[in-house]
Amino acid sequence: MAAQIPIVDYLVLGDQPHLTAHECTSCGARYFDRRNACANCSGTDFRHVNIATDGEVRAFTIVTFAAPGVKVPFVSSIVDFDGTSARGNIINVEPTPEHISLGMKVKLATYSLGTDDTGTEAIGFGFEPINN
Amino acid sequence: MSDDVWILGIYMTKFGKYPDRDTVDLASEAALAALADGGVTMKDMGVLAAGCLMGGGGIAQQIQKQIGQTGIPAFNVSNACATGATALRTAIMAIKAGEADFGLAVGVEKLAGAGLLGAGGRPKSDKNEWTPSGRYGAVASTDGRIGTDSMPGVFAQVGMEYGHKYGGTSFELFAKISEKNHSHSTLNPKAAYQKKMTLEEIMGDMMIAYPNTRPMCSANCDGAAAAVVVSDAKLKTLSLEQQRRAIKVSASILTSDPWQEACQVLPDVNTLTKVAAKQAYEKAGIGPSDLDLVELHDCFATAELVHYDNLGLCEEGGAAAFFESGATWRDGTTPVNVSGGLESKGHPIAATGIANIWEVCHHLRGEAGDRQIEGAKVGLAHVIGLGSACGVHILEKSSFG
Repeated sequence: MAAQIPIVDYLVLGDQPHLTAHECTSCGARYFDRRNACANCSGTDFRHVNIATDGEVRAFTIVTFAAPGVKVPFVSSIVDFDGTSARGNIINVEPTPEHISLGMKVKLATYSLGTDDTGTEAIGFGFEPINN
Repeated sequence: MSDDVWILGIYMTKFGKYPDRDTVDLASEAALAALADGGVTMKDMGVLAAGCLMGGGGIAQQIQKQIGQTGIPAFNVSNACATGATALRTAIMAIKAGEADFGLAVGVEKLAGAGLLGAGGRPKSDKNEWTPSGRYGAVASTDGRIGTDSMPGVFAQVGMEYGHKYGGTSFELFAKISEKNHSHSTLNPKAAYQKKMTLEEIMGDMMIAYPNTRPMCSANCDGAAAAVVVSDAKLKTLSLEQQRRAIKVSASILTSDPWQEACQVLPDVNTLTKVAAKQAYEKAGIGPSDLDLVELHDCFATAELVHYDNLGLCEEGGAAAFFESGATWRDGTTPVNVSGGLESKGHPIAATGIANIWEVCHHLRGEAGDRQIEGAKVGLAHVIGLGSACGVHILEKSSFG
């Protein structure tokens, strides 16, 4: 199998792809990027935690006009994964207000961004509706 | 003698397109007019604070070179869309600290034709190889792949989040807020746009980021605004006419955002505004029901709604019903953005945080002409800069003369 690389370092690939965060060991605040100290309590000790892969849409927008090079339309969203909020696109859905609703249940899904000259495939992630 | 600070002179240029004038020209016009409005000159000023967000540094000294290099301390400030309010706050702090009797604050921006703000990919590399970079180790631009960086999209989510939490919102509701502001601006000769728009026109216009269509977004334009502030002790030595037209700064508050879960995923424009409003009301000793008019940061129609709640103009969660009651139209109980707001008056970023204070002062002085809110005695001006910074100023009519 060709090598894979995640679009961002907080996406963990493998059999069960998931997001990971730096959690402050003193107050529990979570961050997707590396931290010098905690924005909430100034603690400097962090541990890795895995983020739940099923969540609920807390906010979304359907972007139809974007910067050059950004493919539209796409659905941007803020999703609550068991108390940790994450940002990402809602994928595998019609990008229209009729097909997306606040409070809808979604789960993490991955897709290919393409392969580079060295044969490495980049993997992106999004949130897709859970069909009940 | 008190430690009150007063607005002695204030001015905003007409907002619009100035292809033949640069930021220094516009800032100088505003500064000179604010000085003239206050009956003072650059020689009286003890401190200068100025901002031009997109213009690089040094605007304060550039202004001095046009209107008076008197050697006073000059502060160049930059605080996103709260830059103007930050300049004013800086001048006010210098006076409160006893370092100056008079201060000048200036904000200017040239944004006509600037297009979409906040968004953008990273530069393309020559090599076709996925290479992690930045604090997230991203191998590709995340804008459009991991949500949106564009301002219309970010603020759309802010409004949608409010709707998810409290209900009552819809595309139509947000569009109606825009209809109000575009209607209000028809009475404001300094607005970039003075064209009334119907609800159908607004909803049928180009969709930018659902539910924000183009007229529901702040209007990029050019403009400048400036204010002269003075200490209470110094004001009492000035003419009765200057004292009569002076506007009391009953509260001048600047906050940044306290940490909240999710605030680094979707900017939290709510908490810091609530904190600023609470501090401002306590400092001024007045409440939201005392306000005769409010100029708040409607960078997008979806943003105006949440700030009704954040500023305590309605009960918690009641912003949609509050708007539907007609309260925020100019003939309502709490007129909001009678200038036309950022959606119609326009949003030359660094000028906005002083221009909204000019609007409130104009009414408190009884000089607002056709759009005068009759008998206005107290008003509030609010701005938010993403990152974030929030400025809230409460202003009161002079009781002199």
